[in-house]
Amino acid sequence: MTETTTPVTRFAVPGRIAVSGPAASRWQTATLTEIRRETPRASTFRLAVPAWAGHLPGQHLMLRLTAADGYAAQRHYSIASAPDASGHIELTLDRVPDGEVSGWFHTVARPGDTVEVRGPLSGFFAWPGDRPALLLGAGSGVVPLMSMVRHHRARGLTVPLRMLVSARGPEDLIYAPELGAETTPVFTRSAPPGVPVGRMTAAHVAPLLAEQPAGGWEAYVCGSNAFAEHVSRLLVAAGQPVDRIRIERFG
Amino acid sequence: MNVTRGFTGRPRVENPGLPPGQYDAREDWPVLSAEVTPDLSPADWSFRVDGLVERPHTWDWDAAHALPASAYEGDIHCVTGWSKFGVRFGGVSLDAFFGVVRPQGSATHALAYSHTGYTANLPLADLTGGRAWIVREYDGAPLPPEHGGPARLVVPHLYFWKSVKWIAGITLLDHDEPGFWERNGYHARGNPWEEQRYSGD
Repeated sequence: MTETTTPVTRFAVPGRIAVSGPAASRWQTATLTEIRRETPRASTFRLAVPAWAGHLPGQHLMLRLTAADGYAAQRHYSIASAPDASGHIELTLDRVPDGEVSGWFHTVARPGDTVEVRGPLSGFFAWPGDRPALLLGAGSGVVPLMSMVRHHRARGLTVPLRMLVSARGPEDLIYAPELGAETTPVFTRSAPPGVPVGRMTAAHVAPLLAEQPAGGWEAYVCGSNAFAEHVSRLLVAAGQPVDRIRIERFG
Repeated sequence: MNVTRGFTGRPRVENPGLPPGQYDAREDWPVLSAEVTPDLSPADWSFRVDGLVERPHTWDWDAAHALPASAYEGDIHCVTGWSKFGVRFGGVSLDAFFGVVRPQGSATHALAYSHTGYTANLPLADLTGGRAWIVREYDGAPLPPEHGGPARLVVPHLYFWKSVKWIAGITLLDHDEPGFWERNGYHARGNPWEEQRYSGD
């Protein structure tokens, strides 16, 4: 007779996760079709992936570059584009000093180049558009969140969606021209006249949690570990249940 | 092989300690966790081993660390691509806990779980024979909360998502039962040297 106490994983919501085993394990050739500058430090790279199986907003992929001598480097990147039928996906990459893979993208890559991708991967952070979503990002942490915002718009969804996004200053705010009424930017170092400067605080989060939609928010937090720690604590302090907070930490 | 035009990679030296597809994180120790870091004090921490064992048992903080101390010094490998060399963890070998509960002969797999509800499955053979620890120190200091403190599982020969943070218990089973990431497309075992990242690898 044995007694066991294994709990059910609390934050795994059944039925919300879509990862295809074959898609996740198969490398595909992707062709770079377009490069768009977003900010002085970030650019968007549009890739044609003819056999892309589709993705959910918030998912990421694994990308591989191979040198002539066979050396390969692979990295995970969030997908920026909404799911659509274009046969293309978009990635937005920060230019990381000394970045082995992002450095190639920012200094060498041009349309027509090919890379390899596999995915989509890891549906835990995904948002299918079924629940009210509260999105909180910093820096390039806005990338998977923007896929959600674009999905919301493209499908004309009416489920509530709000985004708080932190950037050092207006010129570092990725996707600035695309952000709409659903988004509140927070500037940490410089801001337009009349806009306060400082990190995200309880005062930013409290109004959003005070106007809870029916059923409450599903919170998605993406950014550096320091940002994720800070903002997840703000959310918990403001009453957001821990099992309704999904976190993607960038480095 | 699909060669990427103009890509040479970083200058590199052969490193036999680096599994395929990994890079050296050097001083960095990235935090990978999909959860809110819990406020879990040593006084609130406990560790239970049950399932297919002769004597299920729960240890509190002091009881767990009254067992013989054991350290791991070596490398760790994360499925997201980084490896970290020469890390030092201090704690207790899982063999010491198993010596108390005595696994039954029918036990083949384990499901490890955290105080937050995270789970990971492992073959029992990956947890025995001096290959797995419950650790509470990193580099001679208390393990930081964001890295699983006050205590986590460490199974360094597998990808690090198997090394459950904020470890609460291990249940021994006679079958494999996928944990959180394994149900979400990740590999059942996660051997870095075989590049077992995703299901199907």
